[in-house]
Amino acid sequence: MTTKIPSDETLTETGLEASGKGRVLIIACGALAREILALVRLNRWDHVDLQCLPAILHNHPDRITDAVREAVTRHREEYATIRVAYADCGTGGQLQEACAQMGVEMIAGPHCYSFFEGNEVFSGRAEDEFTAFYLTDFLARQFEAFVWRPLGLDRYPQLRDTYFGHYEKLVYLAQTDDPALTETARDCARRLGLAFERRATGYGDLATTLANWADG
Amino acid sequence: MSEEEDEIILSELDDNDLVQQMFDDLYDGLKEEIEEGVNILLERNWEPYRILTEALVGGMTIVGRDFRDGILFVPEVLLAANAMKGGMAILKPLLIETGAPRVGKMVIGTVKGDIHDIGKNLVGMMMEGAGFEVVDLGINNAVDAYIDTAKSEGADIVGMSALLTTTMPYMKVVIDTMVEQGIRDDYIVLVGGAPLNEEFGRAIGADAYCRDAAVAVETAKEFIARKHNQMAAG
Repeated sequence: MTTKIPSDETLTETGLEASGKGRVLIIACGALAREILALVRLNRWDHVDLQCLPAILHNHPDRITDAVREAVTRHREEYATIRVAYADCGTGGQLQEACAQMGVEMIAGPHCYSFFEGNEVFSGRAEDEFTAFYLTDFLARQFEAFVWRPLGLDRYPQLRDTYFGHYEKLVYLAQTDDPALTETARDCARRLGLAFERRATGYGDLATTLANWADG
Repeated sequence: MSEEEDEIILSELDDNDLVQQMFDDLYDGLKEEIEEGVNILLERNWEPYRILTEALVGGMTIVGRDFRDGILFVPEVLLAANAMKGGMAILKPLLIETGAPRVGKMVIGTVKGDIHDIGKNLVGMMMEGAGFEVVDLGINNAVDAYIDTAKSEGADIVGMSALLTTTMPYMKVVIDTMVEQGIRDDYIVLVGGAPLNEEFGRAIGADAYCRDAAVAVETAKEFIARKHNQMAAG
Protein backbone atom coordinates (compact mmCIF):
# COMPACT_ATOMS: atom_id res chain seq x y z
CA MET A 1 0.00 0.00 0.00
CA THR A 2 1.43 3.37 -0.96
CA THR A 3 -0.40 6.31 0.55
CA LYS A 4 0.68 9.88 0.10
CA ILE A 5 0.88 11.69 3.42
CA PRO A 6 -1.52 14.63 3.52
CA SER A 7 -0.45 17.96 4.98
CA ASP A 8 -0.53 18.37 8.76
CA GLU A 9 -3.40 20.83 8.34
CA THR A 10 -5.43 18.20 6.47
CA LEU A 11 -4.61 15.56 9.07
CA THR A 12 -5.72 17.97 11.77
CA GLU A 13 -9.02 19.01 10.23
CA THR A 14 -10.03 16.19 7.89
CA GLY A 15 -7.86 13.13 8.48
CA LEU A 16 -7.08 10.57 5.80
CA GLU A 17 -9.39 8.30 3.80
CA ALA A 18 -8.49 4.62 3.56
CA SER A 19 -7.28 3.48 0.17
CA GLY A 20 -9.64 0.52 0.20
CA LYS A 21 -6.78 -1.94 -0.37
CA GLY A 22 -5.41 -4.49 2.06
CA ARG A 23 -7.06 -6.83 4.56
CA VAL A 24 -6.11 -5.08 7.80
CA LEU A 25 -7.47 -1.59 8.42
CA ILE A 26 -5.99 0.63 11.09
CA ILE A 27 -8.31 3.42 12.20
CA ALA A 28 -6.05 6.02 13.76
CA CYS A 29 -5.82 9.54 15.07
CA GLY A 30 -4.57 11.87 12.32
CA ALA A 31 -1.69 12.83 14.62
CA LEU A 32 -0.24 9.33 14.07
CA ALA A 33 -0.54 9.21 10.27
CA ARG A 34 3.09 9.95 9.45
CA GLU A 35 4.43 7.49 12.00
CA ILE A 36 2.07 4.69 10.99
CA LEU A 37 2.70 5.18 7.27
CA ALA A 38 6.44 5.20 7.95
CA LEU A 39 6.17 1.87 9.78
CA VAL A 40 3.98 0.43 7.01
CA ARG A 41 6.54 1.43 4.39
CA LEU A 42 9.54 0.33 6.42
CA ASN A 43 8.09 -3.09 7.16
CA ARG A 44 6.41 -3.51 3.77
CA TRP A 45 3.06 -4.21 5.33
CA ASP A 46 1.28 -4.11 1.98
CA HIS A 47 -1.78 -5.74 3.50
CA VAL A 48 -2.28 -2.87 5.97
CA ASP A 49 -4.48 0.11 5.11
CA LEU A 50 -4.86 3.31 7.12
CA GLN A 51 -7.87 5.50 7.85
CA CYS A 52 -7.27 8.59 9.98
CA LEU A 53 -9.84 10.61 11.87
CA PRO A 54 -9.21 14.36 12.24
CA ALA A 55 -6.41 14.83 14.75
CA ILE A 56 -8.16 17.83 16.28
CA LEU A 57 -10.49 15.39 18.05
CA HIS A 58 -7.60 15.31 20.54
CA ASN A 59 -9.03 18.61 21.79
CA HIS A 60 -12.56 17.17 22.03
CA PRO A 61 -12.16 13.75 23.67
CA ASP A 62 -15.91 13.49 24.17
CA ARG A 63 -16.27 13.12 20.38
CA ILE A 64 -13.62 10.43 19.86
CA THR A 65 -15.59 7.35 20.87
CA ASP A 66 -18.53 8.03 18.54
CA ALA A 67 -16.20 8.93 15.66
CA VAL A 68 -14.25 5.68 16.06
CA ARG A 69 -17.43 3.66 16.41
CA GLU A 70 -18.80 5.17 13.22
CA ALA A 71 -15.57 4.49 11.30
CA VAL A 72 -15.38 0.88 12.46
CA THR A 73 -19.02 0.29 11.50
CA ARG A 74 -18.55 1.92 8.09
CA HIS A 75 -15.51 -0.20 7.18
CA ARG A 76 -16.37 -3.45 8.93
CA GLU A 77 -17.42 -5.34 5.78
CA GLU A 78 -14.45 -4.20 3.69
CA TYR A 79 -11.59 -5.62 5.79
CA ALA A 80 -10.83 -8.92 7.49
CA THR A 81 -9.47 -7.14 10.57
CA ILE A 82 -9.86 -3.66 12.00
CA ARG A 83 -7.61 -2.17 14.71
CA VAL A 84 -7.88 1.17 16.47
CA ALA A 85 -4.72 3.24 16.85
CA TYR A 86 -5.92 5.40 19.71
CA ALA A 87 -5.03 5.22 23.39
CA ASP A 88 -7.65 6.26 25.93
CA CYS A 89 -7.02 9.88 24.83
CA GLY A 90 -9.17 11.46 27.55
CA THR A 91 -12.28 9.38 26.86
CA GLY A 92 -12.31 8.16 30.45
CA GLY A 93 -12.45 4.49 29.45
CA GLN A 94 -15.34 4.95 27.02
CA LEU A 95 -13.25 4.20 23.93
CA GLN A 96 -11.95 1.02 25.55
CA GLU A 97 -15.50 -0.02 26.32
CA ALA A 98 -16.68 0.71 22.76
CA CYS A 99 -13.75 -1.20 21.24
CA ALA A 100 -14.44 -4.17 23.50
CA GLN A 101 -18.09 -4.14 22.44
CA MET A 102 -17.09 -4.02 18.76
CA GLY A 103 -14.43 -6.69 19.24
CA VAL A 104 -11.56 -4.53 17.98
CA GLU A 105 -8.21 -4.01 19.65
CA MET A 106 -6.85 -0.56 20.50
CA ILE A 107 -3.52 0.69 21.79
CA ALA A 108 -2.91 0.38 25.52
CA GLY A 109 -2.16 3.49 27.56
CA PRO A 110 -3.63 6.84 28.44
CA HIS A 111 -2.27 8.95 25.55
CA CYS A 112 0.06 8.94 22.57
CA TYR A 113 2.65 10.64 24.82
CA SER A 114 2.59 7.53 26.91
CA PHE A 115 2.87 4.88 24.20
CA PHE A 116 5.53 6.83 22.31
CA GLU A 117 7.67 6.88 25.40
CA GLY A 118 6.61 3.34 26.32
CA ASN A 119 3.65 2.92 28.66
CA GLU A 120 5.75 1.34 31.38
CA VAL A 121 8.37 4.09 31.40
CA PHE A 122 5.72 6.80 31.17
CA SER A 123 3.70 5.51 34.12
CA GLY A 124 6.93 5.06 36.08
CA ARG A 125 7.63 8.76 35.69
CA ALA A 126 4.05 9.87 36.38
CA GLU A 127 4.51 10.60 40.08
CA ASP A 128 7.46 12.92 39.46
CA GLU A 129 6.36 14.40 36.21
CA PHE A 130 2.78 15.49 36.57
CA THR A 131 3.81 19.10 36.05
CA ALA A 132 5.08 18.36 32.53
CA PHE A 133 3.30 19.40 29.36
CA TYR A 134 4.01 17.04 26.48
CA LEU A 135 4.44 17.57 22.78
CA THR A 136 5.07 14.95 20.10
CA ASP A 137 6.47 15.66 16.63
CA PHE A 138 2.98 16.24 15.30
CA LEU A 139 1.88 18.43 18.18
CA ALA A 140 5.06 20.49 17.95
CA ARG A 141 4.37 21.13 14.27
CA GLN A 142 0.69 21.84 14.98
CA PHE A 143 1.17 23.81 18.20
CA GLU A 144 -0.86 26.77 16.92
CA ALA A 145 -3.82 24.62 15.94
CA PHE A 146 -3.83 22.41 19.04
CA VAL A 147 -2.67 24.70 21.84
CA TRP A 148 -2.21 28.36 21.07
CA ARG A 149 -5.41 29.19 19.15
CA PRO A 150 -7.90 26.86 20.91
CA LEU A 151 -6.82 28.21 24.30
CA GLY A 152 -7.32 31.73 22.98
CA LEU A 153 -3.69 32.68 23.66
CA ASP A 154 -3.51 34.45 20.28
CA ARG A 155 -6.29 36.77 21.44
CA TYR A 156 -5.84 36.75 25.22
CA PRO A 157 -2.16 36.22 26.07
CA GLN A 158 -2.96 37.20 29.66
CA LEU A 159 -4.60 33.80 30.11
CA ARG A 160 -1.31 31.92 29.71
CA ASP A 161 -0.63 31.54 33.41
CA THR A 162 -4.24 30.59 34.10
CA TYR A 163 -3.66 27.54 31.91
CA PHE A 164 0.02 26.84 32.48
CA GLY A 165 0.82 28.40 35.87
CA HIS A 166 1.13 25.00 37.56
CA TYR A 167 3.23 23.43 34.80
CA GLU A 168 7.00 23.45 35.15
CA LYS A 169 8.41 22.09 31.93
CA LEU A 170 7.55 21.18 28.38
CA VAL A 171 8.79 17.73 27.43
CA TYR A 172 9.20 17.22 23.71
CA LEU A 173 8.89 13.51 23.01
CA ALA A 174 10.72 13.30 19.71
CA GLN A 175 9.81 10.60 17.24
CA THR A 176 12.45 11.77 14.79
CA ASP A 177 15.81 13.49 14.96
CA ASP A 178 14.91 16.83 13.42
CA PRO A 179 16.91 19.82 14.73
CA ALA A 180 14.49 22.33 13.20
CA LEU A 181 11.54 20.68 14.90
CA THR A 182 13.45 20.62 18.18
CA GLU A 183 13.86 24.39 17.86
CA THR A 184 10.13 24.72 17.16
CA ALA A 185 9.37 22.73 20.31
CA ARG A 186 11.86 24.79 22.31
CA ASP A 187 10.11 27.93 21.11
CA CYS A 188 6.75 26.47 22.20
CA ALA A 189 8.21 26.03 25.71
CA ARG A 190 9.45 29.62 25.70
CA ARG A 191 6.04 30.93 24.66
CA LEU A 192 4.36 28.99 27.46
CA GLY A 193 6.96 30.17 29.99
CA LEU A 194 8.16 26.62 30.68
CA ALA A 195 11.54 24.91 30.90
CA PHE A 196 12.36 22.69 27.93
CA GLU A 197 13.40 19.07 27.72
CA ARG A 198 13.79 16.91 24.62
CA ARG A 199 13.45 13.18 24.95
CA ALA A 200 14.08 10.91 21.96
CA THR A 201 11.42 8.19 22.01
CA GLY A 202 11.22 6.91 18.47
CA TYR A 203 7.88 5.18 17.91
CA GLY A 204 7.89 3.34 21.25
CA ASP A 205 4.95 1.01 21.87
CA LEU A 206 3.32 2.14 18.62
CA ALA A 207 5.91 0.14 16.67
CA THR A 208 5.50 -3.04 18.71
CA THR A 209 1.71 -2.84 18.75
CA LEU A 210 1.54 -2.32 15.00
CA ALA A 211 3.96 -5.18 14.41
CA ASN A 212 1.66 -7.48 16.40
CA TRP A 213 -1.36 -6.26 14.49
CA ALA A 214 0.32 -6.63 11.10
CA ASP A 215 1.31 -10.20 11.93
CA GLY A 216 -2.06 -11.14 13.35
CA MET B 1 -21.61 59.43 16.01
CA SER B 2 -18.21 59.56 17.54
CA GLU B 3 -16.92 56.82 19.84
CA GLU B 4 -16.99 59.26 22.72
CA GLU B 5 -20.71 59.84 22.30
CA ASP B 6 -21.26 56.06 22.23
CA GLU B 7 -19.48 55.49 25.51
CA ILE B 8 -21.72 54.25 28.30
CA ILE B 9 -21.36 56.01 31.65
CA LEU B 10 -22.26 53.33 34.18
CA SER B 11 -23.12 55.77 36.93
CA GLU B 12 -25.72 57.45 34.71
CA LEU B 13 -27.69 54.23 34.19
CA ASP B 14 -30.68 53.38 36.36
CA ASP B 15 -30.44 50.20 38.42
CA ASN B 16 -32.06 47.90 35.87
CA ASP B 17 -29.99 49.20 32.97
CA LEU B 18 -26.85 49.04 35.06
CA VAL B 19 -27.44 45.39 35.95
CA GLN B 20 -28.14 44.62 32.27
CA GLN B 21 -24.93 46.43 31.35
CA MET B 22 -23.03 44.42 33.97
CA PHE B 23 -24.36 41.24 32.36
CA ASP B 24 -22.87 42.46 29.06
CA ASP B 25 -19.60 43.48 30.72
CA LEU B 26 -19.28 40.11 32.45
CA TYR B 27 -19.96 38.39 29.15
CA ASP B 28 -17.17 40.44 27.59
CA GLY B 29 -14.81 39.79 30.52
CA LEU B 30 -14.43 43.46 31.46
CA LYS B 31 -13.10 43.29 35.00
CA GLU B 32 -12.69 47.01 35.66
CA GLU B 33 -16.22 47.76 34.47
CA ILE B 34 -17.59 45.04 36.75
CA GLU B 35 -15.69 46.46 39.72
CA GLU B 36 -17.06 49.90 38.89
CA GLY B 37 -20.60 48.52 38.58
CA VAL B 38 -20.35 46.77 41.95
CA ASN B 39 -19.13 49.97 43.61
CA ILE B 40 -21.95 52.02 42.06
CA LEU B 41 -24.58 49.56 43.32
CA LEU B 42 -23.00 49.63 46.78
CA GLU B 43 -23.21 53.44 46.74
CA ARG B 44 -26.88 53.06 45.85
CA ASN B 45 -27.29 51.03 49.04
CA TRP B 46 -27.78 47.66 47.42
CA GLU B 47 -27.12 44.80 49.85
CA PRO B 48 -23.87 43.01 48.92
CA TYR B 49 -25.75 39.71 48.70
CA ARG B 50 -28.23 41.23 46.23
CA ILE B 51 -25.38 42.54 44.03
CA LEU B 52 -23.77 39.14 44.12
CA THR B 53 -26.86 37.18 43.17
CA GLU B 54 -28.62 39.57 40.80
CA ALA B 55 -25.72 41.22 39.00
CA LEU B 56 -22.78 38.81 39.17
CA VAL B 57 -24.31 35.35 39.43
CA GLY B 58 -27.09 36.47 37.07
CA GLY B 59 -24.47 37.45 34.49
CA MET B 60 -22.38 34.33 34.97
CA THR B 61 -25.49 32.19 34.52
CA ILE B 62 -25.81 33.58 31.00
CA VAL B 63 -22.12 32.91 30.38
CA GLY B 64 -22.50 29.34 31.67
CA ARG B 65 -25.55 28.71 29.51
CA ASP B 66 -23.85 29.97 26.36
CA PHE B 67 -20.77 27.86 27.17
CA ARG B 68 -22.95 24.78 27.46
CA ASP B 69 -24.65 25.63 24.16
CA GLY B 70 -21.33 26.04 22.36
CA ILE B 71 -21.71 29.78 21.82
CA LEU B 72 -18.89 30.72 24.20
CA PHE B 73 -15.62 28.84 24.66
CA VAL B 74 -13.19 28.28 27.51
CA PRO B 75 -11.07 31.44 27.00
CA GLU B 76 -14.13 33.69 27.08
CA VAL B 77 -15.51 31.91 30.14
CA LEU B 78 -12.17 32.43 31.91
CA LEU B 79 -12.21 36.13 31.12
CA ALA B 80 -15.78 36.40 32.42
CA ALA B 81 -14.77 34.48 35.55
CA ASN B 82 -11.86 36.84 36.06
CA ALA B 83 -14.23 39.81 35.82
CA MET B 84 -16.59 38.21 38.32
CA LYS B 85 -13.63 37.54 40.62
CA GLY B 86 -12.92 41.28 40.59
CA GLY B 87 -16.47 42.00 41.75
CA MET B 88 -16.37 39.20 44.31
CA ALA B 89 -13.18 40.57 45.85
CA ILE B 90 -15.04 43.79 46.69
CA LEU B 91 -18.12 41.98 47.96
CA LYS B 92 -16.57 39.14 49.98
CA PRO B 93 -15.60 41.10 53.12
CA LEU B 94 -18.92 42.93 53.01
CA LEU B 95 -20.85 39.67 52.72
CA ILE B 96 -19.22 38.44 55.91
CA GLU B 97 -19.92 41.76 57.68
CA THR B 98 -23.56 41.82 56.66
CA GLY B 99 -24.13 38.17 57.59
CA ALA B 100 -25.28 37.02 54.18
CA PRO B 101 -27.02 33.64 54.20
CA ARG B 102 -24.69 30.62 54.20
CA VAL B 103 -26.03 27.60 52.39
CA GLY B 104 -23.31 25.14 53.33
CA LYS B 105 -19.59 24.54 53.35
CA MET B 106 -17.56 22.83 50.65
CA VAL B 107 -14.00 21.55 50.61
CA ILE B 108 -12.74 21.37 47.04
CA GLY B 109 -9.49 20.45 45.28
CA THR B 110 -7.96 18.62 42.36
CA VAL B 111 -6.84 15.08 43.13
CA LYS B 112 -3.32 13.79 43.63
CA GLY B 113 -1.21 14.07 40.50
CA ASP B 114 -3.53 16.56 38.82
CA ILE B 115 -2.61 20.22 38.43
CA HIS B 116 -5.53 21.25 36.21
CA ASP B 117 -7.59 23.63 38.30
CA ILE B 118 -9.58 25.72 35.85
CA GLY B 119 -12.78 23.71 36.34
CA LYS B 120 -12.26 23.50 40.08
CA ASN B 121 -11.77 27.27 40.31
CA LEU B 122 -14.95 27.96 38.33
CA VAL B 123 -16.95 25.61 40.54
CA GLY B 124 -15.50 27.20 43.68
CA MET B 125 -16.39 30.68 42.48
CA MET B 126 -19.93 29.78 41.46
CA MET B 127 -20.47 27.94 44.74
CA GLU B 128 -19.39 31.06 46.61
CA GLY B 129 -21.73 33.07 44.44
CA ALA B 130 -24.55 30.74 45.45
CA GLY B 131 -23.86 31.35 49.14
CA PHE B 132 -21.62 28.40 49.95
CA GLU B 133 -18.48 28.81 51.99
CA VAL B 134 -15.65 27.28 49.99
CA VAL B 135 -12.39 25.93 51.38
CA ASP B 136 -10.08 25.62 48.40
CA LEU B 137 -7.40 22.95 48.82
CA GLY B 138 -5.74 23.89 45.54
CA ILE B 139 -4.10 21.24 43.37
CA ASN B 140 -2.58 17.77 43.81
CA ASN B 141 -4.39 16.66 46.94
CA ALA B 142 -3.83 13.36 48.70
CA VAL B 143 -6.62 11.64 50.58
CA ASP B 144 -5.62 13.12 53.96
CA ALA B 145 -5.96 16.66 52.69
CA TYR B 146 -9.60 16.08 51.75
CA ILE B 147 -10.57 14.15 54.84
CA ASP B 148 -8.65 16.13 57.45
CA THR B 149 -9.90 19.44 56.08
CA ALA B 150 -13.48 18.23 55.73
CA LYS B 151 -13.37 17.17 59.38
CA SER B 152 -11.63 20.25 60.76
CA GLU B 153 -13.80 22.65 58.77
CA GLY B 154 -17.04 20.81 59.50
CA ALA B 155 -17.76 20.70 55.77
CA ASP B 156 -21.00 19.52 54.24
CA ILE B 157 -19.55 18.77 50.81
CA VAL B 158 -16.31 17.27 49.52
CA GLY B 159 -15.66 18.21 45.89
CA MET B 160 -13.01 16.47 43.79
CA SER B 161 -11.83 17.43 40.33
CA ALA B 162 -9.59 15.68 37.77
CA LEU B 163 -8.77 16.35 34.15
CA LEU B 164 -6.74 13.24 33.44
CA THR B 165 -7.81 9.67 32.83
CA THR B 166 -4.78 8.67 34.86
CA THR B 167 -5.71 10.72 37.93
CA MET B 168 -9.47 10.31 38.09
CA PRO B 169 -9.29 6.84 39.73
CA TYR B 170 -7.80 8.56 42.78
CA MET B 171 -11.27 9.86 43.60
CA LYS B 172 -12.20 6.31 44.48
CA VAL B 173 -9.25 6.10 46.86
CA VAL B 174 -10.61 9.11 48.75
CA ILE B 175 -14.16 7.74 48.86
CA ASP B 176 -12.99 4.26 49.89
CA THR B 177 -10.97 5.79 52.72
CA MET B 178 -14.03 7.72 53.86
CA VAL B 179 -15.98 4.44 53.88
CA GLU B 180 -13.19 2.69 55.85
CA GLN B 181 -13.24 5.48 58.42
CA GLY B 182 -17.03 5.28 58.67
CA ILE B 183 -17.48 8.91 57.66
CA ARG B 184 -18.67 8.53 54.06
CA ASP B 185 -22.28 9.42 54.89
CA ASP B 186 -21.23 12.51 56.81
CA TYR B 187 -20.44 14.28 53.55
CA ILE B 188 -21.97 14.94 50.18
CA VAL B 189 -19.30 13.89 47.65
CA LEU B 190 -19.41 15.64 44.28
CA VAL B 191 -16.98 14.88 41.46
CA GLY B 192 -16.24 16.57 38.16
CA GLY B 193 -13.75 16.92 35.31
CA ALA B 194 -13.63 16.44 31.55
CA PRO B 195 -13.04 12.66 31.32
CA LEU B 196 -15.64 11.79 33.97
CA ASN B 197 -19.25 10.86 33.43
CA GLU B 198 -22.28 9.90 35.50
CA GLU B 199 -21.47 6.23 35.28
CA PHE B 200 -17.97 6.79 36.66
CA GLY B 201 -19.41 8.90 39.49
CA ARG B 202 -21.79 6.12 40.44
CA ALA B 203 -19.14 3.41 40.09
CA ILE B 204 -16.75 5.06 42.55
CA GLY B 205 -19.50 5.80 45.07
CA ALA B 206 -19.79 9.58 44.67
CA ASP B 207 -23.15 11.21 45.34
CA ALA B 208 -23.10 12.92 41.96
CA TYR B 209 -21.06 13.76 38.92
CA CYS B 210 -21.36 17.42 37.93
CA ARG B 211 -20.64 18.20 34.29
CA ASP B 212 -20.13 21.93 34.84
CA ALA B 213 -20.12 24.66 37.47
CA ALA B 214 -23.80 25.47 37.10
CA VAL B 215 -24.76 21.82 37.56
CA ALA B 216 -22.44 21.61 40.57
CA VAL B 217 -24.25 24.51 42.24
CA GLU B 218 -27.72 23.09 41.54
CA THR B 219 -26.68 19.60 42.68
CA ALA B 220 -25.10 20.93 45.86
CA LYS B 221 -28.23 22.95 46.70
CA GLU B 222 -30.41 19.92 46.09
CA PHE B 223 -28.34 17.65 48.33
CA ILE B 224 -28.14 20.26 51.08
CA ALA B 225 -31.93 20.69 50.97
CA ARG B 226 -32.35 16.90 51.20
CA LYS B 227 -29.96 16.79 54.14
CA HIS B 228 -31.95 19.48 55.94
CA ASN B 229 -35.20 17.67 55.23
CA GLN B 230 -33.78 14.42 56.59
CA MET B 231 -32.57 16.19 59.70
CA ALA B 232 -35.97 17.80 60.20
CA ALA B 233 -37.70 14.44 59.72
CA GLY B 234 -35.23 12.63 61.97
